[in-house]
Amino acid sequence: MLSRIVITGVGLASPNGNNLAEFRANLLAGVAGIERVDMRYMGPVLAGMCHYDPLRYQKKKELRVGTRAGSISIYCAREALADSGVNFEAMPKDRVGIYIGSTEHGTVETENEIFAISKFNYDVKFWSHYHNPRTVANNPAGEASLHLGSTGPAYCIGAACAAGNMGLIHAAQMLRLGEVDFAIGGGVSESTQSFGIFAGFKSQGALATHDDPKKASRPFDRSRNGIVVSEGGCLYTLERLDDALARGAKIYAEIAGYCVNSDATDYVLPNPVRQAECVRRAVAHAGLAPRDMHIVNTHATATPLGDIQECEALRAVFGEGCPDTHINNTKSYIGHAMGAAGALELAGNLPSFTDLVVHPTINVDDLDPACALPGLVLNQPKKVARVDAILNNSFGMLGINSALIVKRFVP
Amino acid sequence: MTKDECKKVVLDIIADIAPDEDISNVKPDVRLRDQLQLDSMDFLDIVMELRKRYSIEVPEADYQQLASLDSCAEYLTPKFNALAGKS
Repeated sequence: MLSRIVITGVGLASPNGNNLAEFRANLLAGVAGIERVDMRYMGPVLAGMCHYDPLRYQKKKELRVGTRAGSISIYCAREALADSGVNFEAMPKDRVGIYIGSTEHGTVETENEIFAISKFNYDVKFWSHYHNPRTVANNPAGEASLHLGSTGPAYCIGAACAAGNMGLIHAAQMLRLGEVDFAIGGGVSESTQSFGIFAGFKSQGALATHDDPKKASRPFDRSRNGIVVSEGGCLYTLERLDDALARGAKIYAEIAGYCVNSDATDYVLPNPVRQAECVRRAVAHAGLAPRDMHIVNTHATATPLGDIQECEALRAVFGEGCPDTHINNTKSYIGHAMGAAGALELAGNLPSFTDLVVHPTINVDDLDPACALPGLVLNQPKKVARVDAILNNSFGMLGINSALIVKRFVP
Repeated sequence: MTKDECKKVVLDIIADIAPDEDISNVKPDVRLRDQLQLDSMDFLDIVMELRKRYSIEVPEADYQQLASLDSCAEYLTPKFNALAGKS
């Protein structure tokens, strides 16, 4: 019998909130967090920037030496630990695991170094000795481990934009295996610091533009024209149910089921058949049926084709016989937080277990008929009779799909 | 450049690379590592900043010369003055 795994704490940095209460309030009030920023070599671009106070937990030197992703990880981890109420200082630190999903890491730091040596005629003797510790793939989790003095496993899971879910899934797996007794899992993104990510999406014809930044991220709308790149993070504390109950922890939700699969079809283009397969398997893994999913948080990033393909996948699973399934999208507020997306978007929906409100997809002025799924919640929050299970979709390049289901905790 | 001016240059660099430290009472004759939270990467930062800001090179064999403010001034002042003489 596998251990039951529960979520006991949430720490987040989002473009529209620095904790779950702020984030949720803005989701229900329709407040987006997108702004125009100046991007190296490119000029103004639209981005979701976080405005948490990094000095709340870090020293100035940590910020100077470390990375933005490391800083976001530390902020989110400390916030999650505080929210969990756990006595972290008294905990055996070698039994704590830190599992952080990331879309990419090192891009930002490499671009910065190349820019820096460009001022010295590209003489590499001016290349920073911090480049390698800043760019190793485990940097965000490693910085959190250093900061917390946590000596158990701490590493990142690279899974493109499916990574946020993966951090949670991996944490649950490691708790079940008994590898750790307490886990910090989720995802982070520092992607707004990299011109290359913006330029790459622009070259791909997939970078959003709009006169009003707050209307730029518009999944399912007929006039959507691409992705708004965002930074952010969301880390959870996860525990085996027995441990959580023993310390009288507040329980947000229980991990019910999940699936990770691969399209094996294209570098960039999604495959709705495999996406539907991923969702179905996650639902089956949870021992539930599609009609039991009361909220489906879509991955949709507001690319013209990608949204339609996810809708095709969801129509195949939820198109019939699911009258209580409500479908929303969180990127319409915060843009695409890349490696943090899955973790942040799940957090936005978690309060629905208690307030029974589904936050809507905003910025849908003219619903694309190809995205007109039954159960879509558009522009206004919807009060619903019950929320017992939430399905969280996160898909990424190279065809990686992740679907995570959390359910209302019932002892 | 005087030795005191050289110490000021080094202290300005330390202020940037160790921004949490109080550098108002650094004793010139005591090892920097014994009075400030500085690790080996920080000393590499001092070397890098000397290179970037002043085109001063400190070969690895001479890193020990940066141990204290006094030793820094002793070692670096002639280098600064040699550079000034060239320009």
